[in-house]
Amino acid sequence: MTDSFISIRNLYKIFGPNSSAMISRAKSGMHKADMLKEFGHVLGLRNINIEIKKGEITVIMGLSGSGKSTLIRHLNRLIDPTSGEVIVNGTDILKLDRLQLLQLRRTQMSMVFQKFALLPHETVLTNAGMPCSVRGDDRRVIDKSAREWLHRVGLSGAEALYPHQLSGGMQQRVGLARALTSNSELMLMDEAYSALDPLIRSSMQDLLLELQEDLQKTIVFITHDLDEALKIADHLVILKDGEIVQQGEPQHILLNPADPYIEDFVSDINRARVLRVRSVMTETISGSTDLELLDGDENLEAAILRSKGEAGKTFAVHTAGQQVGTLKMTDVLKALVPAARRSNPSNAE
Amino acid sequence: MTLDELVSKAGGGEAEVEAIPFPSLDVLHKACGSIPRTRDMTAGLERLFLDVKDPIKVVLDPLTQPLSWALRNAIETMQSLPWWAAIIILVLIAQLAGRRVGVTLFVLASFLGLAFIDHFAYAMQTLAIILVCTLICVLIGVPIGIAMSRSNVLERWLTPMLDMLQTLPTFVYLIPLIFLFSVTEPKLYGIAIILYAIVPAIRLTNLGIRLVDADVLEAADAFGMTSRQKLLRVQLPLALPNIMAGINQTIMLSLSMVVIASLVSAPGLGTLVLRGINKLELGVGLVAGLGIVILAIVLDRVSRAALQRVNKMHQPGA
Ligand SMILES: Nc1ncnc2c1ncn2[C@@H]1O[C@H](COP(=O)(O)OP(=O)(O)OP(=O)(O)O)[C@@H](O)[C@H]1O
Ligand SMILES: [Mg+2]
Repeated sequence: MTDSFISIRNLYKIFGPNSSAMISRAKSGMHKADMLKEFGHVLGLRNINIEIKKGEITVIMGLSGSGKSTLIRHLNRLIDPTSGEVIVNGTDILKLDRLQLLQLRRTQMSMVFQKFALLPHETVLTNAGMPCSVRGDDRRVIDKSAREWLHRVGLSGAEALYPHQLSGGMQQRVGLARALTSNSELMLMDEAYSALDPLIRSSMQDLLLELQEDLQKTIVFITHDLDEALKIADHLVILKDGEIVQQGEPQHILLNPADPYIEDFVSDINRARVLRVRSVMTETISGSTDLELLDGDENLEAAILRSKGEAGKTFAVHTAGQQVGTLKMTDVLKALVPAARRSNPSNAE
Repeated sequence: MTLDELVSKAGGGEAEVEAIPFPSLDVLHKACGSIPRTRDMTAGLERLFLDVKDPIKVVLDPLTQPLSWALRNAIETMQSLPWWAAIIILVLIAQLAGRRVGVTLFVLASFLGLAFIDHFAYAMQTLAIILVCTLICVLIGVPIGIAMSRSNVLERWLTPMLDMLQTLPTFVYLIPLIFLFSVTEPKLYGIAIILYAIVPAIRLTNLGIRLVDADVLEAADAFGMTSRQKLLRVQLPLALPNIMAGINQTIMLSLSMVVIASLVSAPGLGTLVLRGINKLELGVGLVAGLGIVILAIVLDRVSRAALQRVNKMHQPGA
């Protein structure tokens, strides 16, 4: 794939004193629990392959301990892999020496942290300008762009304050501004919103989507919250015990869960609100013009609302003024029930 | 020859249990002449010390000469200042360091009081020694602490040495130093004070840097800071409250050592205390002791006020 900004290939990470000896066992199929029990080594990541596309938000999701933080730290080599390749923008970052690595971190990537990780003794303005001052940019240029980005994240007027004078949500805005000031293509966000309460979190997600519309950065976002993942993901990777269980377009994963684990994971989601019309429709284009029009990006809730309870209704689905398919309300109703329960109704409680 | 045989030869048989002497060096020497007596051992140690003294002096003398020079000059400068200038400068320093009006006023009152009872010159001598020694402790101790925080091996080696420096009775320090340097040289007591007082500066720098929030350090790495940038921009500033606490302790330890160091000709309030003891001049000793207490409170309050100021900047909640 040509538009891939990062390629992660056959990545393995094993924690423990004798990781290189363990690698062959991991490669020949040993899983996390067995390796811990038999050899006392933690299998952090096992055979990870991900293509991260330029300008997309890739969300990595998994429960606590599934290896999300470990994975994202391989992208800027805060952690070195036991085996495998990480290609960022055409360069194999495992071949970089110390100085080249510093250069890569300074110019190509930025990071936002769960616990904000701001410098407590520096002002909001200096914190926001940190990536540039590390590079040794001119003082005035730094302040100017730091001010601009603080304004973009809604923190104008707070420049002279110290981090402890801000609420958690505002501190994370500084964290976001800091990442943006670095002006790098890749933005790594490790559970950036997990420490925030739901309302603030939701507004921070909106802020991110709004910024992303303008900036088209390549973002790797980690979360353990499925709603958050579905809201912002272009590409969703689901991790379990250091392995990828499924990856793909979020809508696709919702409709075609690969195994019971994912089915379980997605079973509690409000499907009517998350599923889009275009993922449920059939791609037949009917010639008749008397059908009501519906935007493909609307969610099923909107479709149900428009049908006014009429189960036999059919819509013509449009995207950008072009008809792309038709939507039968019966398909909508089917999609609302997870696939597992559809095929085996006795399982449903 | 087994131990048992030796013991029985030394007199006393198995029958008289109480009479068996402990097989100390002296007792064993009686049984076998080739075993040294305890006094041979101490004499040997002394000879050894005298033998290595000269080579050590060759190295140590030039290294420590600046210390003598700094102490002499500091004491002279402090004493050559007119009393009002000295008080103004000290009060200004207190204000700048602590920024607390109450503390500054207390400092002013203390020095006026010391001057009023004619102890000002002595107090200035003591203060000069403390300032020089504290400064050197910081200049040497903080870098050692930084090195220690970066290497677990170094920490493992240094910790017992620091423990020893802190637990050795203060008089014991003076013994090897008296051998090495003449009593007329200021560096003799300077080294004793520094060895004793440097420990908390090293320890708390090490501790402070090791306690720096791992998340902030990770952020520093993620944005490509060099280890030098990390040290100056993250580790030292975040460790500053601990380092300041260490300096506060260093100052207090210097004060306690400078009093004892009057035994080896350190000038200042300690000499008055010593006179009180030697000549049984009870009043002189007590008043000088009071002066030391006042000096201790002044130093503690000012350095603590500075510490609190730094703490407040870091985490206002606390
Ligand atoms: N330095 C380390 N040494 C040993 N094991 C480690 C180390 N770092 C991580 N692990 C292990 O690797 C696994 C994955 O950890 P990781 O921190 O990546 O999980 P996570 O998905 O980010 O979880 P969370 O949601 O709690 O942050 C865990 O089992 C953890 O115990
Ligand atoms: Mg994590």
